[in-house]
Amino acid sequence: MSEQVRFVQGNEACVEAALYAGLGFFAGYPITPSTEIAELLALKLPQRGGKFIQMEDEISSMCAIIGASLAGGKAMTATSGPGFSLMQEALGYAIMTEIPCVIVNVQRGGPSTGLPTHVAQGDVNQTRWGVHGDHSIIVLTASSAQDVFAMTVEAFNLAETYRTPVILLFDEVVAHTRERLLVPEPGVLPLVERLTTSVPENVNYHPYLPREDGRLPMSDFGGIHRYNVTGLFHDMWGFPTEDPKTVHELLRHLVDKIENRTHIIAHYQTYHVEDAEFLIISYGCSARSARQLVEDRRLRGDRIGLLELQTLWPFPAHIVQQLSAGKKAVIVAEMNTGQVTASVKAAADDPDRVFLANRLDGQFITHYDIRNVLRLVQGKGV
Amino acid sequence: MAVRDYLRERFFPHIWCPGCGHGVVLNSLLRTVEELGFTKNQIAVVSGIGCSSRISGYVDFHTLHTLHGRALAFATGLKLQKPDLRVIVPMGDGDALAIGGNHFLHAARRNIDLTAIVMNNRTYGMTGGQYSPLSGVGTAATTAPYGNIDPGFDTVRLAAAAGATFVARTTTYHVQQLVKILGEAIQHQGFSVVEVLSQCPTYFGRKNKAGSAVDMMRQFKDQTTPVGSEAKQGNPALIERGVFVREQRPEYCAAYDEVVRRAQGGR
Ligand SMILES: Cc1ncc(C[n+]2csc(CCOP(=O)(O)OP(=O)(O)O)c2C)c(N)n1
Ligand code: SF4
Repeated sequence: MSEQVRFVQGNEACVEAALYAGLGFFAGYPITPSTEIAELLALKLPQRGGKFIQMEDEISSMCAIIGASLAGGKAMTATSGPGFSLMQEALGYAIMTEIPCVIVNVQRGGPSTGLPTHVAQGDVNQTRWGVHGDHSIIVLTASSAQDVFAMTVEAFNLAETYRTPVILLFDEVVAHTRERLLVPEPGVLPLVERLTTSVPENVNYHPYLPREDGRLPMSDFGGIHRYNVTGLFHDMWGFPTEDPKTVHELLRHLVDKIENRTHIIAHYQTYHVEDAEFLIISYGCSARSARQLVEDRRLRGDRIGLLELQTLWPFPAHIVQQLSAGKKAVIVAEMNTGQVTASVKAAADDPDRVFLANRLDGQFITHYDIRNVLRLVQGKGV
Repeated sequence: MAVRDYLRERFFPHIWCPGCGHGVVLNSLLRTVEELGFTKNQIAVVSGIGCSSRISGYVDFHTLHTLHGRALAFATGLKLQKPDLRVIVPMGDGDALAIGGNHFLHAARRNIDLTAIVMNNRTYGMTGGQYSPLSGVGTAATTAPYGNIDPGFDTVRLAAAAGATFVARTTTYHVQQLVKILGEAIQHQGFSVVEVLSQCPTYFGRKNKAGSAVDMMRQFKDQTTPVGSEAKQGNPALIERGVFVREQRPEYCAAYDEVVRRAQGGR
């Protein structure tokens, strides 16, 4: 099969990428605006011998993908706000037990049932802190079908590399906008396959004993090694422990394996930032409008640039700090009350020069909305 | 192989109180596996959270200790991914039928080949004796200081109505029957449910003045009768034990194989 040009919605790009990455198992429960992902996988997974199951709710969907992933399949689920809320406990279990999996959250307006068919970006902080207890997490996002493809493949790669759940935080606009997608030929995008242990059968395998490089080789659950997996704090055997040193080390490991690699995990795009006096920071669908504004203003001679974040967590503070340094102002464009803005302020040298351009009404933020804030900041009338 | 060989000794001592019925279930489960002649690698034990769910840690099989109420959901993913595994799911009554009730119904409906063991001690042992959906009206619990007004489920009728294709009940007193039933359940192709009345002398026993563990087991003997026996007609309060449902219906993983065949162009 060679490179194909397709005309697809973001949700379909996500499906194509998951299959490209080797998805073998999907469990989910229908919810707008993510449902197309489940529907397409119900069609396509069995064609490849993969497993699809519609579970009784999102709690069980999350649990099922963890069980399947542990047994060796690359596994994913897809949902939106209400369902994502239900997944939090099991998401914490995947973090604690270090079982790779990918969770797609196509954001809609919230809280509660909110605005099922309208766009919002209000789940950014929930992806970071929805799970109880201290932990770290990887969250990627994208603003076009092509980037949805790239980030979805990357999500599977990061999940396997770090033995962790990875969240793909999309939004209704990107999920439902139909646009060009170039599906790369197999082998073009590198794929990270599961690191499996070289310990032979009948020799003790320690599921939680890191190699020298910090990675934890896996052994398919139900295969040649028998071991225990628990959401309790555990030792290298996977046995529960309350030993303070082991508990401390495990928690540090869970956090550090991600936070210490922020610079590697950070994905972003920049447009016209080199000589920019004003910097816009945005992500997901909002970044589409931000980019349009930047292109428009550049034509008029404004020195304005865009930093589009694709990794939201761990927050790429080093990039934000570097690119915002010396700017007259930084405007964060997002469809919430300032969830990424808070992280940008914490990272920027001068938090007082960080401003928010947002919309909270379920309507897609336009370049006019961002321009209005820019003009206010520039001291011009709206 | 001796029962001891199926245990993980480095996990001991176990957490159960003296006289707890859950140990009897553990012992019976291992005897069953031994009798069936399975190798340790053929068996996975997936459990939730509770005193009962601690069984998974003690046995030298593939063991997954998950979340309160969610064991069947994890087990569903595992089984579908690896259909050759024999997957046994020990659960407490709260675990299986309160927080996990929905998953229980749907696993039964799908008829996925898992063996659910409901270790029914009519209380929440791990959290200290609150009432469960199997405690029944009039029982005492730390959260029912004036007597419990919550009617209980009948696990057997619930499982049968939801579509489980093997449903049985016995008690920790009737260990020979327990081993026999567990054996049949594990070999059954489809969703099997085994309810085991199990004693929690520490909370249910003490709160309900049911006496020692031995007294409670004696009550299991006196208050139960084989399914279909005449004694039940004379005394409707007796709880029946034995096999209630034994039927064949397409098993979920096998049915899924059919889906794959159709998707790949087969007829
Ligand atoms: C989501 C969640 N809610 C509550 C608890 C607390 N909890 C732990 S075990 C348990 C009930 C245990 O009772 P049961 O399932 O009947 O098993 P037993 O301990 O009696 O064997 C509860 C409520 C929990 N661990 N997780
Ligand atoms: S509290 Fe009850 S159920 Fe828990 S170990 Fe003790 S006797 Fe068993």
